[in-house]
Amino acid sequence: MAKVSQTTVIELKEKAKELRKEILKMLTAAQSGHTGGSLSAADIVTALYFHKMRHNPKDPKWRERDRFILSKGHAAPLLYAALALSGYFSKSLMKTLRKLGSPLQGHPCSKTLPGIEISTGSLGQGLSIANGIAAGLKLDGLGSRVYCLLGDGEIQEGQVWEAAMTAAHYKLDNVCAFVDNNGLQIDGHCCEVMYIEPIVKKWEAFGWNVFDINGHDMAAIVNALNQAETVKGKPTMIVARTVKGKGISFFEGKVQYHGMAPTPEELKKALKELDENGK
Amino acid sequence: MANKAVATRDAYGEALLELGKRRLDIVVLDADLSGSTKTGKFGKVFPDRFFNIGVAEQDMIGMASGLSLTGKLPFASTFAVFETGRAWEQIRQTVCYSNLNVKLVATHSGITVGEDGASHQAVEDIALMRVLPNMTVIVPSDGYETTQVINAIADEYFGPVYVRLGRSKVPSVMPERYRFKIGKAHVFSMGKDANIIAAGIMVSMALEAAEILKKNGIDAGVINMSTIKPLDTKTLLKAAKSCRVLVTAEEHSIIGGLGSAVSEFLSEHYPVPVVKIGIRDEFGCSGSSEELLKFYGLTPDKIVKTIRKALK
Ligand SMILES: Cc1ncc(C[n+]2csc(CCOP(=O)(O)OP(=O)(O)O)c2C)c(N)n1
Ligand SMILES: [Mg+2]
Repeated sequence: MAKVSQTTVIELKEKAKELRKEILKMLTAAQSGHTGGSLSAADIVTALYFHKMRHNPKDPKWRERDRFILSKGHAAPLLYAALALSGYFSKSLMKTLRKLGSPLQGHPCSKTLPGIEISTGSLGQGLSIANGIAAGLKLDGLGSRVYCLLGDGEIQEGQVWEAAMTAAHYKLDNVCAFVDNNGLQIDGHCCEVMYIEPIVKKWEAFGWNVFDINGHDMAAIVNALNQAETVKGKPTMIVARTVKGKGISFFEGKVQYHGMAPTPEELKKALKELDENGK
Repeated sequence: MANKAVATRDAYGEALLELGKRRLDIVVLDADLSGSTKTGKFGKVFPDRFFNIGVAEQDMIGMASGLSLTGKLPFASTFAVFETGRAWEQIRQTVCYSNLNVKLVATHSGITVGEDGASHQAVEDIALMRVLPNMTVIVPSDGYETTQVINAIADEYFGPVYVRLGRSKVPSVMPERYRFKIGKAHVFSMGKDANIIAAGIMVSMALEAAEILKKNGIDAGVINMSTIKPLDTKTLLKAAKSCRVLVTAEEHSIIGGLGSAVSEFLSEHYPVPVVKIGIRDEFGCSGSSEELLKFYGLTPDKIVKTIRKALK
């Protein structure tokens, strides 16, 4: 299989940086919301929305589109940034995040915002929904794929493993999921709160095709996505090793930035850091 | 009467199969109870459109939701206690919040489950479903009405519906000319002395009770309130205004069910006492279905006594 080109990788990295900036601005304007988990998955979501997924912002319900389910719904700012920069809605809406009357609800709401496939926010439920969509697409003979993003704390939910069984049982090879393995959840390190390892072996044991990658290595993400498409008879899980708060030195690996928005001063510093890193 | 005594779950199995022949968008999900819920009939004929999810009710609701997002019309079935209890939050977060066209048809509701006992007898499922925005709640009274309900929720209504069915055979009560409409109660008769607002298996008992009362010179009307949400408030108001004693009868806790729905409405719009017949804030237990109905006071006789006492 052809490896992703260097120019594509450079473009995507630039896009990921844009997403991170929008996430930070959005959260600062809202003064609440989930910073760490939005930043950790920014490279994955960039690869999906700006490279891999077939979708049409002008026709969000296009029948043959690929789907994305944000099972870890608290990373809503990340999804909103991806949708806004794709052109699903005006960028100016982003500053209304979490405000009364805004379509950008605290957690994604499919009734208020185009491009959201289904409302999420209660952890552990997205993969089941992704499977249902995948089964429906197969019944219709459509080749569309279904992507789903889970948190590593989220996989402590029992329903995730019900869905893991179902996807393998029904051979849903049009499902490609990610675990954003940033090692942190709300109360601390995942493995201290509730031991989740060995993640890769667990998914393999449940009958999935598994890739173990660096979730900030754009080339690795794209290559894994391409390879997943060639796997027949099995769903794919991409275990993405990430850093919570990735991109902003003073947020990285800090458990308290799970659910804390940047202050205006932090925003200034953070945007500067992102700009300087690119040079 | 339109047909003989059948369990509403049997009528469901037949109706679903016929619906499946007629509509290719119908998909059916079950959680390892397809023999009991009767969805297995559909599964045998349409294996490609049937998903047994195993003992995983939460995942079943998620799968059903996903299927509905691709334009399929999913029917998801298991026992009422597992459907509404184990998967309540999935129903709330996904099916109702996003107003998905998912039909939840649960069997083995109430105490007439019988010998399996309290763990399997849902007496709170109506309450759990009724409280959810966007949810419609229907409790058919017999097999004939069940068939109509299944077709109506598929053909005439887009959105989440909870249908509550039973395990045991129930007498046929609905007249041949009856046509089910969501939110429309069926008035057998309006009484001057009392009116019994009933649902499910209690409709046939209410009719029996009214017969007995009539012989004793008491005019009791019977109303089948098969849609519990949205409630047919017009008919309810008429029933409340036309009589001296209003009684509700349900095979469900008197907390949160039909009796509560009736009281909630009347307390705001026409405050009259509502006498409630149902399970009184307790769990069920093992026994035969007939024994349990007597034990919990869900009988025509109990309805008769309750009305007599209230009229004094
Ligand atoms: C069912 C449910 N329980 C609890 C929460 C509250 N909650 C929000 S985020 C979170 C931790 C999630 O950790 P993880 O999946 O690792 O997310 P990430 O690190 O990617 O932000 C919790 C417990 C929730 N949203 N849903
Ligand atoms: Mg985490």
